[in-house]
Amino acid sequence: MPSPRPSLRPDPIDASWATASEIAAAVASGKVSAAAVIEDALTRIATRNPLLNAFTAVTAERARTRAAAIDAAAARKQKLGPLAGVPFAVKNLFDVAGLATVAGSRINRSNPPAQRDSPLIEKLEAAGAVLVGALNMGEYAYDFTGENLHDGPSRNPHDTAHMTGGSSGGCGGAVAGGLVPLSLGSDTNGSIRVPSSLCGIFGLKPTYGRLSRARSFPFVSSFDHLGPFARSARDLALSYDLMQGADGDDPACADRAPEPALPLLDRGLEGLRIAVAGGYFAKGGTPEAYAALDRVAIAVGADDEVEIPEAHRARAAAYVITTTEGAALHLDRLRHQADDFDPAVRDRLIAGAMIPSPLVVKAQLFRRWYRRQVLELFKSYDAILAPATPCTAPKIGQQTFLLDGVETLVRPNMGIYTQPISFIGLPVVAVPVPLKPMPIGIQIIAAPWREDIALRIAYALEQQGVVAAPRPAIAGGP
Amino acid sequence: MATDSDPLDDFIAASARALALPMKPEWQAAVKANLDVTLKHAALVAEFELPDDAEPAPIFTA
Repeated sequence: MPSPRPSLRPDPIDASWATASEIAAAVASGKVSAAAVIEDALTRIATRNPLLNAFTAVTAERARTRAAAIDAAAARKQKLGPLAGVPFAVKNLFDVAGLATVAGSRINRSNPPAQRDSPLIEKLEAAGAVLVGALNMGEYAYDFTGENLHDGPSRNPHDTAHMTGGSSGGCGGAVAGGLVPLSLGSDTNGSIRVPSSLCGIFGLKPTYGRLSRARSFPFVSSFDHLGPFARSARDLALSYDLMQGADGDDPACADRAPEPALPLLDRGLEGLRIAVAGGYFAKGGTPEAYAALDRVAIAVGADDEVEIPEAHRARAAAYVITTTEGAALHLDRLRHQADDFDPAVRDRLIAGAMIPSPLVVKAQLFRRWYRRQVLELFKSYDAILAPATPCTAPKIGQQTFLLDGVETLVRPNMGIYTQPISFIGLPVVAVPVPLKPMPIGIQIIAAPWREDIALRIAYALEQQGVVAAPRPAIAGGP
Repeated sequence: MATDSDPLDDFIAASARALALPMKPEWQAAVKANLDVTLKHAALVAEFELPDDAEPAPIFTA
């Protein structure tokens, strides 16, 4: 009688919904092999991606090779890294050696393959994580929907008729859909926080200049940030700590020693002064957005309301700088390959190219004034809460929604609450409030370089059960 | 003889020529709508009074 074929399924853990920390612990303890974890992730991607359209490339052979190397190291009794065997994926604007960095575009598909991985991929893989592929995104990151004309829309795991939010749409779908426990995306005006909110997962937009953007395709250098998505605050902190560090290859990356957040994660809320953003942020949202905000505010004892001064003007200034810097980046492509753009992106960039330069300088002058005003608030408070999005996920293809009774375009306005924050590079953790039928996120905003505080609050809320990544049916949930 | 063309249409046509940007007639309405929105945002920022010695956010470091 033939012996039974060894199961590839990592039975000791619920691989579809285990966190990165749980997977790494299981691999390190020998409960499961890295090869089994990765094979299981590749199977889930093959099964679920046709429904979610999160992945645009799967690096299966690379992943199997890496997993085998981790298992070989374990067999030699070598100490494994803190992310040993954890599958992860990256928005397709990160350089992945051997793949063209398409950044959601048709145009970049003719670029030569990247020669070397992004430094953030290198750092995660040095800690034992295993890259399994590249993820769908809005063209050139100029998007809040997760829809892509060339690759099709990213679909929300909680209801595939609904959008993921963007531009890091595949990052949201892949993590919320249980394909991977960890992904990396970019956030220029909200592209980590919006999909985190609409897909019901945790996302970290670090301080501007904290994580290296080297070997990633840019959008707006003044505002571009990279950061992680996960299904737990601990996984955000763990991956964030591993990616910190100065990098001369990114001129905006701060010459600053790593400041680990993970050791501070369980310090609780004691001593923290937390307020709720009023004024601009108290208008325009749906009842769901404010119900979620109330739930979080009550849980952390945030009784005070603060007004972030001139937030509406900050959003306007961010809009101007985004469209003009984006136009400058793409000017030659607009001249010579305009027909190859998504028209929704092209028409905004052409308009951006035509904005007179004094108006852009005015926006940069205002930016410095606004930064000073907002930093004053952090003398009185350690963190400020605000909605991440004005509503739960709209349907794919939906062009407009009602904000304060006014019919408004979805694509440019899903980030009304995120833009005034990334405008001055503040660190934010987006936390998921598991409303039904669709989740929604809240921003925990901290002072520059205080990611540890935002992560600590996110973790405390998670421990209280106030925030959590809800498990959709597609990932084995109810 | 005076024409009654829209100044924004004229601006788009002139800017496209100056910047060597292609402008197909079918793109005109969307580009104009986007330009109009962006100029309104820019006006909201520009009307905010700042002192003459205000510094822009990016600082070049030699």
